[in-house]
Amino acid sequence: MSTVSLPLQPSEVSVARRETVQLLLRSPTFVVGVVILGFWIFCAFFGSLVAPHDALDQSFPQLAGPGKYLFGTDQLGRDVFSRVLAGARDIMEVAPAATLLGILGGTTIGLVTGYFRGLVDDAVSRLVDAILALPLVVIAVTVLVALGPSKPTLILVIGFVFTPIVSRTVRAAVLAEGSLEYVQAARLRGESPLYVMFAEILPNVMPPIVVEATVRLGYAIFAIAGLTFLGFGVQPPSPDWALQISDNYTLLNSGTYWWTVLFPGLAIASLVVALNLVADSISKVLER
Amino acid sequence: MSEHAPAIELTDLDVVYRVRGRDRQVLRGVSFSIRRGESYGLVGESGCGKSTTALAAVRYLPRNGRVRSGSIRVAGRDVVALSRSQLRRLRAEEVAMVYQDPSKALNPSIRVGRQVEEVFVVRGVSRKEATVRAAEVLRHVQIADVRSVLGRYPHQLSGGMQQRVVIAMALAKDPALLILDEPTTGLDATVEAEVLDLIARLQAELQTSVLFISHNLGVIGKMCERVGVLYAGRLVEEGPVDVVLRDPRHPYTVGLLRCIPRGGVRKDHGRLDTIPGFLPSLGEELPGCVFAERCALARDVCHTEEPPLHPLGERHSSRCHFHDEAAQLPRQTPADLEQALRVDRSGTPLVRVEELAKVFHQHGHEVHALDGVSASIWAGETLGLVGESGSGKTTFARTLLGLVAPTAGTVEVDGRVVPARLGQRSQADIRALQIVFQNPDSALNRRHTVRRILRRALKKLAGLVGPAAEARLRLLVHAVRLAERYLTVRPNQLSGGLKQRVAIARAFAGEPRLVLCDEPTSALDVSVQAAILNLLVELQAERQVAYLFISHDLGVVRYISDRIAVLYLGRLLELGPAEVVFEGPHHPYTEALLSAVPTIDGGGRERIRLAGEIPSAADPPSGCVFHTRCHRKVGEICEREQPPLVEVEHGHLMRCHIPISELRELQGKGAAVPV
Amino acid sequence: MLVFAAAQLLPGNVGRNILGPFASENDVKILNHQLGLDRPVLTQYGDWIWKLLQGNLGSSLEYQGTSVSSLLGPSLVNSLKLAAVAFVLVVPFSIFGGVAAALRRGRPADRIITLTGLSLTAVPEFVSAILLILVLGLWLKLLPVTAQYPSGAGFFTQVRYLLLPGLALVMVLFGYIARMARTGTIEALDSDYVRTAYLKGLDTSTVVRRHVLRNSLLPTIAVVATQMGYLIGGLVVIEKLFNYNGIGQRILTAATNKDFPMLESGVLVVGIVYLVATLAADVLYSLLNPRIRYAAAE
Repeated sequence: MSTVSLPLQPSEVSVARRETVQLLLRSPTFVVGVVILGFWIFCAFFGSLVAPHDALDQSFPQLAGPGKYLFGTDQLGRDVFSRVLAGARDIMEVAPAATLLGILGGTTIGLVTGYFRGLVDDAVSRLVDAILALPLVVIAVTVLVALGPSKPTLILVIGFVFTPIVSRTVRAAVLAEGSLEYVQAARLRGESPLYVMFAEILPNVMPPIVVEATVRLGYAIFAIAGLTFLGFGVQPPSPDWALQISDNYTLLNSGTYWWTVLFPGLAIASLVVALNLVADSISKVLER
Repeated sequence: MSEHAPAIELTDLDVVYRVRGRDRQVLRGVSFSIRRGESYGLVGESGCGKSTTALAAVRYLPRNGRVRSGSIRVAGRDVVALSRSQLRRLRAEEVAMVYQDPSKALNPSIRVGRQVEEVFVVRGVSRKEATVRAAEVLRHVQIADVRSVLGRYPHQLSGGMQQRVVIAMALAKDPALLILDEPTTGLDATVEAEVLDLIARLQAELQTSVLFISHNLGVIGKMCERVGVLYAGRLVEEGPVDVVLRDPRHPYTVGLLRCIPRGGVRKDHGRLDTIPGFLPSLGEELPGCVFAERCALARDVCHTEEPPLHPLGERHSSRCHFHDEAAQLPRQTPADLEQALRVDRSGTPLVRVEELAKVFHQHGHEVHALDGVSASIWAGETLGLVGESGSGKTTFARTLLGLVAPTAGTVEVDGRVVPARLGQRSQADIRALQIVFQNPDSALNRRHTVRRILRRALKKLAGLVGPAAEARLRLLVHAVRLAERYLTVRPNQLSGGLKQRVAIARAFAGEPRLVLCDEPTSALDVSVQAAILNLLVELQAERQVAYLFISHDLGVVRYISDRIAVLYLGRLLELGPAEVVFEGPHHPYTEALLSAVPTIDGGGRERIRLAGEIPSAADPPSGCVFHTRCHRKVGEICEREQPPLVEVEHGHLMRCHIPISELRELQGKGAAVPV
Repeated sequence: MLVFAAAQLLPGNVGRNILGPFASENDVKILNHQLGLDRPVLTQYGDWIWKLLQGNLGSSLEYQGTSVSSLLGPSLVNSLKLAAVAFVLVVPFSIFGGVAAALRRGRPADRIITLTGLSLTAVPEFVSAILLILVLGLWLKLLPVTAQYPSGAGFFTQVRYLLLPGLALVMVLFGYIARMARTGTIEALDSDYVRTAYLKGLDTSTVVRRHVLRNSLLPTIAVVATQMGYLIGGLVVIEKLFNYNGIGQRILTAATNKDFPMLESGVLVVGIVYLVATLAADVLYSLLNPRIRYAAAE
């Protein structure tokens, strides 16, 4: 029992656009997501300015619980709250860049394989399947060990790993579009494959790409945090959240210094959740 | 539950849908009733609300739909007021529904037998008995090998077979009311005829009341006793079928009937009449008479006051203030043509196809999509291409255009052989052969504006940019009667008819010599179709462009074609002037095809039933491909030897072992009646 | 089927990649020579494949003298156990959740399930793991904080130890699988054949049970299979947090310590597991989808 929908009349288009924005603003998931996201973006730029103390300053009493220091201090005497605020920067630098790389690469590959099909598609798809067979972490770690961890390599590696994943989604969308007659009409005008792929098909597969991009961004943050935790990502003494967790998680066994780990953890969680909320609410509204 | 209550009775039914936060009215005060054993047709174009009526009757409206006021009583029971279990009882016992696309109506993961049994099991019959009765009911719908069909999955059956199964499931309940919603749309003509015959037979046998919903007046004319015409959710006219079709009393009905090419009328005789304006969008506010906006007879009162239903005797009524003037509805489009169409067939044909063949390799089978097809098309003429599924007409089109390379044979333009593949053809050749697709929604890039689409076409096909392109754009848009204000919009904001105009403009951007029209009006409403056909004829007369016109609608083909080619399983069976092919004498297949098409002007026509199903192109019959189903099969020679394509009369080619003189005699009585 | 061929390429690729940047380091050069690593790559590859077919995965560079298989074996078993626990927990739960959400589409129950799934999936696994450790392990003291059970422990003790990481995994995967199940079910519910079923007079539970499920779960199977690769080799972080000797850890240490044989073999094993899982899913899918099982009638 699906719903019935209406095509838009010319006069209705601008109204519909306004309605979409209004609906978005009214949707609680969107609002919550945007607020949280906005907060972290702000921190990425101005975190160290706004924080009460310097994130690297080790002069505070060690392992003091929350109270005087909002989130407590860690074992090196650094203020956790300041570190949490400042920690947004690294992730916000690396994740979008990596995602962008992955999207660009994946879209190109997806377009090419989806449009040409045949041998090109078969060969590339096998390669893609092969890479996808391995968990991201494994590949990333292997390459990072070889090249040495640093922010640029991190961006490259994650971008590289994301490319096949994105290409899969794009390819599926392109295959669906390719069977539509306007593509044939373009070929019948003598258009070059490049034109057909980028000028005709690409605009129509943008919606799934946008959704994929937001999802990938979430995964990028995921991955960077994970890699950093393992020691292969962002390097100390950066106040990056995952580093904070990896520095301090051994303290958990004694059970009493939880604040050193919980707050950075929540920071990561809230960022990714916010991202997903925004992505989800946008796709829901567009669906209507 | 009363035995004498009408099978279904709608009283002042109002149904609304909630879209984007607002209630849109889809059915406005609809009232009609169907007596026991009666068959009633509900006819209208898209958006008129006919399917909504059906869904409301079984209380299966979409999630955002509801009955706002009025009532529906099925077998005497108020459908809206039923409890859930009562509703289930109603659906299991009293009402059955058959709708379009049987392949989707059956669960692809469950065997057919089980699905049919379910109908019985839900009424409390034991499993074992259900199996027996399922077999019985399938036999009743003339399915030959019942046992094997029961064990198969839906996708293993042909379309016609699937629809029979669905009909069997429907009638197995011996329902008081059978609702059919476009049950044969999408099926081949011959298959459709079989299914309709089946329905008629079963209905007579079981005395079931039938609500037959369709946009096709011919089908309704054949199958129903009474008909109701829906427009924008209102029943505008209602009455016995022959009365309404012969003497319509509502301007909409009159207009509708005039749009349809019938009675053998052809483009040389004059243009089709059209209905001005556009179909109202779903739930649009329409004060006064719903049809007033588009009615040539409309006066002030029509815009302000809703016309009541005027009884006209014999259970015939019309909702029009001026129903007595309806028949005098002035023509919207003048009948006469400005330019006479003349085709000169003396020189080299514009396009010539020689022994074209195409074999596809699919799952290890060799599918002979085309086999030895040769034809010529001269400048300015229309060659109509007729054939059912598997006939190869799509492959023919694609090979001609170069989208697919043939396995054998050549394509010539102006006497010169052109490369088989599109990629190797010159821009001049590309420009010369263009296409208008069936589905205007997918034929235009929905992210481009109309202006961009046309400017690009002008650039690539006509080599025009800048101000020269703008000037030509204006001319093009004017030629297809598209208002300039549509240039800035995207296709999804246009109606089907407007989109198709853009597609036509695009095809004509480079001054093509031949335009392939692949079912260009099949996806459009009848009133829109007429306008597009007129446009195509006009453009042809102005520019001497040739058309290869593919359509399954024989009336349309007859109207627009100069010559007609008949394809069956990839072979050309007949090729000749339109009149000759339609009137006869003609190939037995053509004969059967024509007899299968339900026409508005019905009349004494002998339906030729073809035996069996269309054979698979992967395993074509030996000798003459049609022999397995031919009702005029001569004998063994038909199985052994493929008849050559022979010119049996001037300009008329046929592939049959029976000499034309004999065919003339055989078909003399009951030859093709005007379509 | 395609993946078979591709996987053959892989370990070779990996090996080559790692070797490349290190050819310059001096002591590694010596080591290379000792191990015959400076022979032409193809020869090495061939040699390795040959040994592989004999079941010999070579000896570990890190732990000189110990064979790779003796170290990988137990790790693999551990990973499989953890994966099994997670699998058993997550699959029924998420499918149920997804279908329930679809049935109550648009209503509060649906939004709650969808949003919960969404949020939980969004949270990186080690964060949820940490939260779980804090809450269930330390504060409520319900479950042990490490996953490494004492040797010789019985079945139930092992499961108890594995529950915490298992739950973390459930949280991560639930949203994803539930969403697939939900989409598949909604698609089925909107279909014509479900309309036919309802119009036969069947009630909702019968329709769902008999008609909807077998069609809606098909895409879900494919998704579940793809997660197997992750469950086996991608749990490096979880393993580290819980001190668990799984294959992810092995590969990690191998990479860090440039233990090539171990690394190659580990990667190969993970690849194989993924292959097997996908193959099994393909087979299952074909079995359940009659359209593939029986070619369409001509």
